[in-house]
Amino acid sequence: MPNTYGFVPREPLIFEHSVPGRRGVELPPLDVPEAELPPEEYLRDELPLPEVSETDVVRHFTRLSQLNFAVDIGFYPLGSCTMKYNPKVNDAIANLAGFLHLHPYQDETTVQGILRLMYELQAWLGEIAGLPAVTLQPSAGAHGELTGVLIIHAYHTSKGRRRHVILVPDSAHGTNPATVAMVGYRTVSIPTGADGNMDLDALKAALNEDVAGLMITNPSTLGLFEEHILEVAEAIHSVDGLIYMDGANMNAMVGVAKPGDLGMDILHYNLHKTFSVPHGGGGPGAGATAVRADLARFLPVPVVAKEGDRYYLDYDRPESIGRVRAFYGNVNNMVRGYVYMRMLGREGLEDMSRTAVLNANYIRVQLQDLYDLPYDRICKHEVVFSGKRQAKKGVRTLDIAKRLIDFGIHPPTIYFPLIVEEALMIEPTETESKATLDHFIAVMRRIAEEAEIDPDTVRSAPHVTPVRRLDEARAARRPVLRWTPEGAS
Amino acid sequence: MRYTPHTEAERQAMLKAIGVERIEDLFADIPAQVRFPSLDLPEGMSELEAQRLFAALAAENATVATHPCFLGAGAYYHFTPALLTHLLFRGEFYTAYTPYQPEISQGTLQVIFEFQTLVCQLTGMDVANASMYDGSTALAEAALMAVRLTRSRRTRLLISEAVHPEYRDVVATYSQGMDIELVPIPFDRRNGTTDVEAVRAALNEHTAALIVQYPNFFGQIEPLGQLGELIHGVGGHFVVSADPVALGLLKPPGDFGADIVTAEGQSLGIPLMYGGPYVGLFATRMKHVRQMPGRVAGQTVDIEGRRGFVLTLQAREQHIRREKATSNICTNEALIATAVTIYLSAVGRHGLRQVANLCYHKAHYLAQRLTALDGYELAFEGPFVREFAVRTPVPPAELNRYLWETHGIIGGYDLERAYPELKNHWLLTATEMNARADIDRLVEAVAGYPGSPAPSR
Ligand SMILES: Cc1ncc(COP(=O)(O)O)c(C=O)c1O
Repeated sequence: MPNTYGFVPREPLIFEHSVPGRRGVELPPLDVPEAELPPEEYLRDELPLPEVSETDVVRHFTRLSQLNFAVDIGFYPLGSCTMKYNPKVNDAIANLAGFLHLHPYQDETTVQGILRLMYELQAWLGEIAGLPAVTLQPSAGAHGELTGVLIIHAYHTSKGRRRHVILVPDSAHGTNPATVAMVGYRTVSIPTGADGNMDLDALKAALNEDVAGLMITNPSTLGLFEEHILEVAEAIHSVDGLIYMDGANMNAMVGVAKPGDLGMDILHYNLHKTFSVPHGGGGPGAGATAVRADLARFLPVPVVAKEGDRYYLDYDRPESIGRVRAFYGNVNNMVRGYVYMRMLGREGLEDMSRTAVLNANYIRVQLQDLYDLPYDRICKHEVVFSGKRQAKKGVRTLDIAKRLIDFGIHPPTIYFPLIVEEALMIEPTETESKATLDHFIAVMRRIAEEAEIDPDTVRSAPHVTPVRRLDEARAARRPVLRWTPEGAS
Repeated sequence: MRYTPHTEAERQAMLKAIGVERIEDLFADIPAQVRFPSLDLPEGMSELEAQRLFAALAAENATVATHPCFLGAGAYYHFTPALLTHLLFRGEFYTAYTPYQPEISQGTLQVIFEFQTLVCQLTGMDVANASMYDGSTALAEAALMAVRLTRSRRTRLLISEAVHPEYRDVVATYSQGMDIELVPIPFDRRNGTTDVEAVRAALNEHTAALIVQYPNFFGQIEPLGQLGELIHGVGGHFVVSADPVALGLLKPPGDFGADIVTAEGQSLGIPLMYGGPYVGLFATRMKHVRQMPGRVAGQTVDIEGRRGFVLTLQAREQHIRREKATSNICTNEALIATAVTIYLSAVGRHGLRQVANLCYHKAHYLAQRLTALDGYELAFEGPFVREFAVRTPVPPAELNRYLWETHGIIGGYDLERAYPELKNHWLLTATEMNARADIDRLVEAVAGYPGSPAPSR
């Protein structure tokens, strides 16, 4: 089987490179006497892993990497995901031996440097949120949500009551209702008004003593600031509910408004969005969660604390919800995020959010004549269009997304928000130049034109990728989820 | 340092296009009384200054690369081949995100498909997902899935106390809001494995699952065959949290009828990193796939008939199913899963077995030498792989302090931390990273501990 077509890799599976008896990386010989192995009944007879050489491995994964698009290759305006540039210094520092080779159960006196870093990061995140108590344990945004909703649960339990409902706006990301369900609550969906704000009347109508709290994303997934946020907070607090703010969109908010000042009680960050931790093809992230001072007692154990000039892990928190994972979180990603924050500093962080908003609004005004703008007002870090107009010509948002690929641009988010028909959620981020934004705008305008005069070209896109559109229905109908020697193709 | 590239002229041109005078005008929708708060944070710095600041912080940590380390207890120091780091930091893997657009994500998707296959090969299961956050959350998700598999008619979960104490905590945290009854099952004090009679006594028709670890927290090998039969006897599910390096040697849980197998993948070439990011492996039976949490990649063809990969069975996931999803997980540990895929490819069939063997013989050498000292004896009978508990004549916390302060050795895990009944029990690990000379040094240092008798050769 040819491995390349010109320079376009066609890469077999690693298992298809395997040759019985081939060796890869060697390990050192045994330098101690051999012990007797456990009885036969404990031992496996075959270990069906691949057998390939080191050269095979390097070429295989290098070729596979070349089949990917990434931030390091080009513009990646995937809405809600904040695909900003990931500074290389973050990784250089995270890979220092003094951060890489630390066992989580080492004595605290031997890891004062990393504990101090974590302690300071907690303080920075607390200051930006206006919510002073922070846990770094959650591994990603959704894990921060779980932590937050468990804290809501613990809050009500501490008051000796059980509530059953959490309110979630209909524009919310899928993780919000999924999290609500994981803590045993029922989601009641709150509609969005014509102005893109949550429908206040509907919110008030849904309020009662069974409401444990509200999960709100602000700016919302429509890229819009929730203009009645202070009233919303007051309403929820009037029934002694708590407000969880999904901080996926904090890239618009740093130095713009503190969620704590907006009446929010709990917030998660996605360090992999706002603070430049690379997305790694789907993760790992880091999902620090910040809370109001009086909710600190519910945070997962341990939290990093300080006494005199000694940093330590504080386990003595009897009202804690418990651990949400083993050890202390995605520590190496905390290093990346904190490096970024320190380099930007106060002014740099303010400039970050302001520029992110500038870039999104620039795109908004340059495309709103050709693409339908469901909520016509100033946006925050992202702008959400609808491809309705193009859909009438038989060109779906999915087609527009695929056509962008032909121009070297990653498509925007199109699978949500669910309340926008044919949504195109565009988040440019602050690290893109005007030239890049202008190119994107020109391509989007061209595609709008193609939708009118040459829809087939758009509908059959992409044209110049290693594979073309894939048969997803077949994948789901007859799932092939692993390679087997029999099923080899 | 800033990463915002606009010149002042460009900024002005953009503001003009938008029709506002100043960037601040774009924030008129924020209530004035809370707009533009002052942040009490220091000013930024250049990359060079950051490098110096953080190098100084890193230098305040003592590393397992420069000090012999015998700690395990859920995180293990293993060899990372150079090619792994090199390949992993390719921007094409590193700075991409979830492969929502398969045409430009075949690299990530094929890696996930290979990862799923490797996890199945290792565990002896049919199907695996694209990763969970870590071993502990993978186990907690498995517990919730086991309840779902009974359509939530059964809500009683038996969990062995020989499961990692932090994993048990996480399972408890995840079960909090659900009406789940967690029943702890004691371990047998003689062999350190789950007490089979206690399991038998705790089983009933409400039991959704039995959860054990293999080898368990004490390093002991659980009798999976017997335990699996017991739980299946009442129609419950068998959930096993396994150690992937030990699976280089031991029969996989799949051979014992496990319904869900989870694992912490960190041992497979991932640096310790003070606890994360690691990666949770999650595997199950094909008949249960629709209740499996997390992403999964599947094989298909493109419109020209070429093989390709896509995310599939998404009707289980939060972005489609919302409150009915099998989990809320979205961002997972893709890059660490990629690292595991590279590692298992690079060491391969021969290498993983070799790693497991090196661990096995070194751990046994350490155990044999240590228990030759007066007052030190194996805490439990029966086989172990790379980790074991010893009874010590002095508190392990004091031993650890002495080893560190006088010899620069990072000792073992004091089991009393999590098991008050296991006073003077010390959990030790040896891997391919522990040279014989280090093991000898440890034993001699322990022998020299004031109050410890000399080695009896
Ligand atoms: C609005 C919103 N909320 C929550 C999440 C979940 O965050 P994570 O993927 O880090 O778990 C996302 C992620 O894409 C999001 O866009």
